[in-house]
Amino acid sequence: MDLHLDRITLVYPDGDSTLTAVDDFSLTIPSGTTTALLGPSGSGKSSLLAVAGGLTRPTSGVVRIGGDVVFAPGGGLAAATRTRLDQIGIVFQAPQLLASLTALEQLELHAHLRGRRPATVRAQAMALLAEVGLADQAHKRPAQLSGGQRQRVAIARALVGSPRVLLVDEPTSALDHARGTQIIELITRLAHELDAATLVVSHDSSTLGSVDGTVRMLDGRRELLLPVHAD
Amino acid sequence: MFVALRDLRHARGRFALMLVVITLITFLVTFLAALTAGLSRESTSAITDLPADHLAFAMPAPTDPPEFTASSVTADQWRAWAETPGVRSAEPLGVAMTRAESPATTASVTALGVAPGSAVLPGGSPNLAAGTVVLSAGAAQALSAGAGDTITLAGQELRVGAVRDAEVSFAHTPVVWTTLADWQSIGARGGDGADDRADAPDTVATVIALTLDSPATGAIATTDATAGTTTVTTTQARSAIGSFSAENGSLTTMQVFLLVISALVVGAFFTVWTISRAGEVAVLKALGASTGYLLRDAIGQAVVVLLLGVGAGTALAVAGAALLSDAVPVVVTPATTALPAVALIGLGLVGAALAIVRITRVDPHAALAAH
Repeated sequence: MDLHLDRITLVYPDGDSTLTAVDDFSLTIPSGTTTALLGPSGSGKSSLLAVAGGLTRPTSGVVRIGGDVVFAPGGGLAAATRTRLDQIGIVFQAPQLLASLTALEQLELHAHLRGRRPATVRAQAMALLAEVGLADQAHKRPAQLSGGQRQRVAIARALVGSPRVLLVDEPTSALDHARGTQIIELITRLAHELDAATLVVSHDSSTLGSVDGTVRMLDGRRELLLPVHAD
Repeated sequence: MFVALRDLRHARGRFALMLVVITLITFLVTFLAALTAGLSRESTSAITDLPADHLAFAMPAPTDPPEFTASSVTADQWRAWAETPGVRSAEPLGVAMTRAESPATTASVTALGVAPGSAVLPGGSPNLAAGTVVLSAGAAQALSAGAGDTITLAGQELRVGAVRDAEVSFAHTPVVWTTLADWQSIGARGGDGADDRADAPDTVATVIALTLDSPATGAIATTDATAGTTTVTTTQARSAIGSFSAENGSLTTMQVFLLVISALVVGAFFTVWTISRAGEVAVLKALGASTGYLLRDAIGQAVVVLLLGVGAGTALAVAGAALLSDAVPVVVTPATTALPAVALIGLGLVGAALAIVRITRVDPHAALAAH
C-alpha cells in the first residue's frame, strides 16, 4: 500500500511563540519503492518522519496508508501505537537496540508486542537476520556487535512484522561511505522484496544511489521532487 | 515479561543489590515481628492462655484503667460474678510477682493463686494442695527444681507437687501455681499475708477469671456496676500488664516504620530504575508497545524482585529464629512470617507502581530525540 503524507504541517511551541517544523508538506511513496528525504540539519526531516510514524500528531494534514487515514490531528495515542505495531517499521538514527536482548530476541519482541509467542516468528526472524548477513550473530547482544551490525539488526527488526511502511531515520550517520552505501542498498532491496513504501531520511546524498526517488526539504517545506521511478 | 526477565538476567549486579536490600529489610521486619510476638507471649501468656474469656478487675477507683498491680477482688465481688446469669465459671485468680528460692538458686517468678479444683491451672489441679506448688517448665528450669523438691516462696516453704510442660509466664517471669490460701499467705503484693488496703479486708485474689456463655456487653456492664469491677477480655487484659504496653508499643512502632521505610526504599529503587530505562521505554513505545504492555512488564519485574527478596528474607528470619530460639523469645507463626511478607510485597508494589507510572508519561519522540 502507498504511503500518503497529505499537506502535513507541524508546529511546536517555542517559548512565547511557535516554531513551524513542517510546513504544508505533501508526498506519496508507492509501495515497494524507496524515497530519500534530503535536507540540512533542522530542515524538518526527522519531524516529518515522526509524523509519518505516528510518534507526533500533525498540527494539520493527515497520514494515509492506502486509503485509510492512520494519523491525523487529535488522533488517539493508543490507536497510533497499534497502527505503528501493525503497519509501520521504524529504523532510528541510532540502532536503539535493547541491551538485554540478543539479535534474534530483538526481532522476536515484535511478536510478543502483538500478543503472540515469540517462537511463531523465529523462522522469519532468522531468515531476516540471514538477509542482513547476521545469521551467525543471532545470539549475540548489542554490546557484542559492531556499529554496522547493530544497524543491520535494527533494519531486520523494523521488517519482521512485514510492515506496509518502512521509515528510516539517518541510517548512515555513524557509518563510513562504503558501509553507508551498503546499508541503503540493503534497505532498498528489502523494501522492494517486502513491497513496503519506504522513506529514508538522510543528509548524505552520496550513499543514495540505489533509492527510487529523492525529495529535498528546507525550512520545513518541500524543495524539489525528483520523480519516483521503478527499478 | 519478555523484556523484564531478560533485563533481570542482563543487569544481574543491579538486581542482586536490590535483592540483598529487600532481603535484609524483610529479615529485619520478620525477625522483629517474631521477637515482638515472643516478647508479648513471654509477658502475657499466663493471661492469654487462661481457659477464660474475660477478667474482672477491682480497681481502687472505678474509673482507673485495669492494672494487675492495683486490682484486688473481694469474696463479695467473686460471688456477685459467680451468681450472674450467663456466667459459666468465675474463678478467683491471684497474681503476684515474687522471689523464689531453691537449694540451687533463686529466681523471680509470678505466683498465680488458684482455688482448689480450679480449671485455671493447665491440666487441672490434682497435684495442687495446701503447702505445695506446681511449677511451669520455665520456673522449673530457672530454679533447677523438680517434683518432690522444696522451694521457698516469699519466705514460705512449699513442696513442688508437679512440673507442667506448659511455657507460661507473666511480665517475663515464669509462673508457679499455688493454692489461693497459700498465695494469700505469702502476702501477694505485701508479703504480710493481708491486703494493706483498709477498705478491702476480705481480699481473695487479684482478678476474677470469667467464662461467659454469651458475652453480652449489657450483662457485663450491669454486674460491673453492681459489683464495682471493671471487666475486659483476656486479650484486652494484656494492657493491664504495665511492661507489656510500653514494650509492645515500642516494637510495633519499629515494625510500622520498617514497613514504611521498605516501601520507600523499593519505590526509590524502581524510580531510579525506571528513570534509567526511559530510553528503552521510548524505543518500546516507538516500536508499538502499548502503555498496558509496558506497565505489565515493569510491574512483573517488580513482583519477581519482591517475591525473591521477601522470600529469601523470610526464610532467613525463620532460620535465624530457629537458631536463636533458646537465646531470645521468638514466635514463628503465619502471623509473624506470612503477614509481614504480604505487607512488604504489597507496600513494595505500591512504591514500585508509583515509580513505574512514569512510564505512561514517556513521549517516545522526545525521549528518542534526547537519547
